[in-house]
Amino acid sequence: MTRGVDSERWTEGELDLAAINDLVVGTVQSPRTRRSWLVAIGIAGLGVLALALAVFGVFWWYVGIWGVDTPVYWGIAITNFVWWVGIAHAGTLISAILLLAEQPWRRSINRFAEAMTLFAIACAGMFPLLHLGRPEFFYWLLPYPNTYGYWPQFLSPLVWDFFAVATYGTVSLVFWYVGLVPDLATMRDRSTGLRARVYGVFALGWRGSARHWERHQTAYLLLAGLATTLVVSVHTIVSFDFAIAQLPGWHTTVFPPYFVAGAIFSGFAMVLTLLIPVRAWLGLRALVTARHLDYCARLMLTAGLVVAYGYAAELFFGWYSGDPHERDLLASHLHGRSAPLFWLIIGLNVVLPQSLWWRAARRSTVWLFVLSLAINLGMWLERWLIVISSLEHGFLPTTGGAYWPTFWDWLTLAGTLGFFVFFMLLFLRFVPAIAMSELRELVAERRRRGA
Amino acid sequence: MNGLRGLLAEFAGADDVLAATRAARRAGYVALEVFSPYPVEGVAEALGFRTRLAWITFVAGLLGGAAIFLFQGWVHAIDWHLDIGGRRSFAAPAFIVPTFEITILAAALATVFAMFVKNGLPRLHHPLFAVPAFERASQDRFFLFIGADDPRFAESTVRAFLGSLAPLEVHDVSR
Repeated sequence: MTRGVDSERWTEGELDLAAINDLVVGTVQSPRTRRSWLVAIGIAGLGVLALALAVFGVFWWYVGIWGVDTPVYWGIAITNFVWWVGIAHAGTLISAILLLAEQPWRRSINRFAEAMTLFAIACAGMFPLLHLGRPEFFYWLLPYPNTYGYWPQFLSPLVWDFFAVATYGTVSLVFWYVGLVPDLATMRDRSTGLRARVYGVFALGWRGSARHWERHQTAYLLLAGLATTLVVSVHTIVSFDFAIAQLPGWHTTVFPPYFVAGAIFSGFAMVLTLLIPVRAWLGLRALVTARHLDYCARLMLTAGLVVAYGYAAELFFGWYSGDPHERDLLASHLHGRSAPLFWLIIGLNVVLPQSLWWRAARRSTVWLFVLSLAINLGMWLERWLIVISSLEHGFLPTTGGAYWPTFWDWLTLAGTLGFFVFFMLLFLRFVPAIAMSELRELVAERRRRGA
Repeated sequence: MNGLRGLLAEFAGADDVLAATRAARRAGYVALEVFSPYPVEGVAEALGFRTRLAWITFVAGLLGGAAIFLFQGWVHAIDWHLDIGGRRSFAAPAFIVPTFEITILAAALATVFAMFVKNGLPRLHHPLFAVPAFERASQDRFFLFIGADDPRFAESTVRAFLGSLAPLEVHDVSR
């Protein structure tokens, strides 16, 4: 519904409606990418097997096979959880918040980013469940009437997490699907045989009636408004897991906005990591132009500056509090045990992204790709610093500890990466990766201005 | 009943179908429908159509939020009072978080559900799908439909009227 927008052009060349359809439909089931797709999904399939093995291990021998022990009960499983949820946020930002802000450039990337959101939530959602000592009782988190007469206690951020992540997953899914229905109708009308039937079922008999469109657009806008508040709340609630606790390094009031900014920062990094190779692979450079990447980089820089401010605020208020435990942790970060990790994070998340002030850096796909990988790593390490280094530090000298992930920890992380790539590849093969119905509007606007 | 559900005029551009819709309204037809590959600005207004979907969103969100807030209060203050970390039993600040999430969930699901129900979807079979040219309604063609249930519908008049709008073609839609 981004109507009456500025007169900038967001596709390369003079694409008309038919050309956009051909280009996007051509990426689905394309014979050109068939061989490379098979190789890629074969490798990702190994990752899914790794995940299955990791899950089997933790179900069979329980969570002790991970490196968690007193006092570090939250290892990289929670690091991964926060990281994956964070990655999910850029998808919602692109599809919902940029819709409210009437940004036409979101149209080429929103479908792709939303799919990324969905699969990232699926990966994130596994960790809190696997991390339970008794995962088979996970359903006790649900408020349902039962013969024991117990209820979950609604004072815990871990119960809030359950509500937040479940709502986020559900709403992201319906938002994605609502936007997808008109494109599935296009796929139905351009396919034959079994494929046409399958797309036809998922398209629900969409006919593009004006009344249907009006309700569809209204619903889409309403969902965007809801998803915007949701995206801010979800990572806020994830940050409550830490901020509600009393621990130095955790009990920080700046966490909610700072976690949300970090989520957007890492999410855009993942969008760029995936978009840069995929647009070359699928031949979509005419629709996902260098300007799209430029704008993603600008938003990444903006979020990165808020994250940098978050680091500064943590340091300053740690010192300003005058609390000996806070100051101890600070000293550990600046020149103590956790200093190498801390300064590595500063380098990856604060120093390197400053290159994005320069247009040449934003227009260089190679540099953007390298930088996005660096930020993905940097944000993962940042969650490590928050979760694990704070726990290792603790309050009492006698309860200090050291944590290092075991083979099973790493296997679970690698498994979720494989799972994520596996489903992204399936998505690219069977679903139009770019929202055709939204791009068609862009053509219409261009023509109206030209007329 | 002559087995005709209505007549369908095919256009190449959004502006053509918008002009045709306005002309049809002026000519007094009411059983009108427009089909397009993307939402054409102004067509819903030309058809005199407005949606009240936002009210459903609002009411569903309100109900969902109120229900989960009161439910949490009932659990902690009435049904199963536990001293958890010395906090008061009606710990309203803590209840806000699930309340917020369930408000969003209820509003979003109600919106999507209402949108599909009001649109009469899913409906996998429709007489329009029997028109071969209609498959381009989801790609790059625009259609104006005048239904046989229109009180002013007379096949020859409507066919002539649609022909006067300079469409690419006029298709019969059978029942």
